[in-house]
Amino acid sequence: MAHDMTAAAGANGEDMQGATHLVPVRVYLTIFTLLMILTATTVGVSFLDLGPFNTVVAIVIAVTKMMLVILYFMHVRYSTRLTWAVVAGGFFWLALLLLLTLGDYLTRGPGWLRFG
Amino acid sequence: MDTAATPHSNYLTDGYGIKSWLLTKDHKRIGLLYLISVSAFFVLGAVFAGLIRLELLTPAGDLVESDTYNKIFTMHGVIMVFFFLIPAIPSILGNFLVPLMIGAKDLAFPRINLLSWYVYTIGGLFTLWALVNGGVDTGWTFYTPYSSAFSNSNVALVVVGIFINGFSSILTGLNFIVTIHKMRAPGMTWFRLPLFIWAHYATALIMVLGTPVIAITLVMVGAERLLHLGIFDPKLGGDPVLFQHLFWFYSHPAVYIMILPAMGVMSELVAAFSRKRIFGYEVVAFSSLAIAVVGFLVWGHHMFVSSQSVYAAMAFSLLSFLVAIPSAIKVFNWSATLYKGSISFEAPMIYVFGFIGLFLIGGLTGLFLAAVAVDVHVTDTYFVVAHFHYIMVGGTIMMYLGGLHFWWPKIFGKMYHQGMARVSAVVIFIGFNLTFFPQFIVGYLGMPRRYHSYPPEFQLWNVLSSAGAAILAVGYAMPTFYLIYSLVKGERAPANPWGAKGLEWETTSPPPTHNFDTTPVVTEPAYNYVK
Amino acid sequence: MSGAHPTPHPRLQHHFDSLEQQFEASALGMWLFLVTEILFFGGLFMAYMIYRLTYPEAFAEASHELDVVLGGINTAVLISSSLTMAMAVWSAQLGRRTGQLLFLGLTIGLGLVFLGIKAVEYGHKFEHGLVPGPNFRFESARDPVHSQLFFSLYFIMTGLHAVHMIVGIGLMAVLFVLAFKGRFTRAYHTPVEVSGLYWHFVDIVWIFLFPLLYLIDRHGTVGH
Repeated sequence: MAHDMTAAAGANGEDMQGATHLVPVRVYLTIFTLLMILTATTVGVSFLDLGPFNTVVAIVIAVTKMMLVILYFMHVRYSTRLTWAVVAGGFFWLALLLLLTLGDYLTRGPGWLRFG
Repeated sequence: MDTAATPHSNYLTDGYGIKSWLLTKDHKRIGLLYLISVSAFFVLGAVFAGLIRLELLTPAGDLVESDTYNKIFTMHGVIMVFFFLIPAIPSILGNFLVPLMIGAKDLAFPRINLLSWYVYTIGGLFTLWALVNGGVDTGWTFYTPYSSAFSNSNVALVVVGIFINGFSSILTGLNFIVTIHKMRAPGMTWFRLPLFIWAHYATALIMVLGTPVIAITLVMVGAERLLHLGIFDPKLGGDPVLFQHLFWFYSHPAVYIMILPAMGVMSELVAAFSRKRIFGYEVVAFSSLAIAVVGFLVWGHHMFVSSQSVYAAMAFSLLSFLVAIPSAIKVFNWSATLYKGSISFEAPMIYVFGFIGLFLIGGLTGLFLAAVAVDVHVTDTYFVVAHFHYIMVGGTIMMYLGGLHFWWPKIFGKMYHQGMARVSAVVIFIGFNLTFFPQFIVGYLGMPRRYHSYPPEFQLWNVLSSAGAAILAVGYAMPTFYLIYSLVKGERAPANPWGAKGLEWETTSPPPTHNFDTTPVVTEPAYNYVK
Repeated sequence: MSGAHPTPHPRLQHHFDSLEQQFEASALGMWLFLVTEILFFGGLFMAYMIYRLTYPEAFAEASHELDVVLGGINTAVLISSSLTMAMAVWSAQLGRRTGQLLFLGLTIGLGLVFLGIKAVEYGHKFEHGLVPGPNFRFESARDPVHSQLFFSLYFIMTGLHAVHMIVGIGLMAVLFVLAFKGRFTRAYHTPVEVSGLYWHFVDIVWIFLFPLLYLIDRHGTVGH
């Protein structure tokens, strides 16, 4: 099941699209199970009173789920550095938007943003 | 110069009839489709500019009502920014040249390239519909809550038009990035690429990273207008300044979308007409990337008086000073290239010298504006208007025309009248300075922008500016005539009329549909001029 | 590179030299498009972040009007659809037509279930006057003024997400037809892989929407 599909030429020398690794089915099923567990966890934890950490936990769980989808379902774990750079770049740019704008609101004084 | 070349089959003769153009997948034909649409929008935008300068001949607001004036400057801005400056060089010259310069047969996604032109045109039609339906009076910046809650003009229509048009940018940028990564000819390493390609790569990064943010911002404004989903509504606790953050996160980098391709053209022209390798090639290449990245960190300098926090303002001010550095580096490097170069004054080179002076003034006045204390005084005055027109017209349009004149023989296989081309370049330079330099003065003296009446003591400067605009109009009209004339009666152009280096010059003028008869193999650095 | 072959693969476009180059270009193109989607949705997340941090009571009470059970089911539905999508790609990589059809079909089905549940939720909102505008009639006990901001963001964010789902289902339907015709083999299955990336992205957006919209301050509301 796990034979390597990275060769660009087929058995008879024919042109093949090659590229992504054939991920074993059991990996997909494991990731799926993890995602379901994390979903149940995030719902369950939301009913506990952790104060400001409720939001932190929810985001950490969401980010973890996202990483699992990106790395395994979207094959980034088996992809080129260019792909990694593109994915990382996208999130980095979003972070720029969010953090620099937050910088304005955080330093405006009272009336905007309350934590906790 | 070989003027007796035998006619041969090329991309222009490869298929006749409207369908072969409207359904083409050839990046060269798509570049020409853009040339037609973009030129049409430029004329429309220029008409609005003419109306502005006509109104401002007299201190009283006597040509049109103030509401109408608001619509005129709004449409001028919307059309010039979104439908001319952003697509002009990338979608016309970039589309045509990127595959040629890297030795490829086409862009990575030819059908998406065609789609980008349709999307541009459809977005333009929505905007024209808004215009015909009575126009928009919010300014091209669509500040809320006026645009989202109070304006009685066709905001939703224009917002849809710009949203759709944004996809043209995104698809073009995406295409360029993939093409440059994946389709370079054998031997064409990153550091052998023409600087035009580096510039368009950096531009494409901005298109991909920035455009979606203005897209979602316009969606939010449209949702507020059409569906009562008030994200920016102060009555609901919304913050109109949030709109400004989202808007300028794109719209500042957008000005780098406008200037970076022009800088790419500069590098090609400077090298060709001084017959010398660009001084500091790697530094110029990296400066394009630096401009693209740092350009995303400065947007708050449009918001110094918006009630943004003063600490944020200071941070944005500092970053705005920093972003000038890579641009300055380019100017130093071009100057160093010219030094002891073998310079000839063909029309494109006149545009080069025009650019250096005008971009310098525009860039330096940007530094004035980056200083918060100065900006508070001159913001929303004609000082700002003059600053950005020096860059966008004195910079981008100069290089757009310079590039058109440089590559015209390659694109159409015809030579235009050199003398007329030189004269119109000079006329444009004179007309431009007369139009916009007085605006620095009158802005510093306090004349606000976007007003159709002003105190009488400002009239002299306004009259000078409007006179300059008339000369500028003549300067722009001239190429229209001799360039079109060249298509009919011009001398046939050889493959390399300027003796320039670059893969695009190693194929015929015009090129065959598939660009090269055999895939080039690159063994030399870029601009490998032998003294 | 591949050995000499008499005719190029029928799906190799003329401007590419090999299927491998074509696939890499297509995948990179889709990733770049997904980056634009990150920034696109990102603007909404930014508005959400600023307003939630400024009006926490209004957001909490408004969030309690959302049905956690339906939202949770929808999350499970989408995660399952990502599994079936990954299996569809796997089947395409192996050139197995039956698997392609089965898993594409399941993905479409799960997508439709998601939209159906969403429609039920939207209907509920309309009935209870939770749609911003002149007919809005919700008031949080602790912050009566600012709840419309939450619901505006809710509708724009989930609405935009639903639009992306619809496009995704359309893509899957096209793939289904092509798979039926035997288009995807071990040598060529680029559209399936590339569409799969899009589908997973839409799943990821929901992975964030669910906790941020449905699970604000749920403690103390057990049984709500």
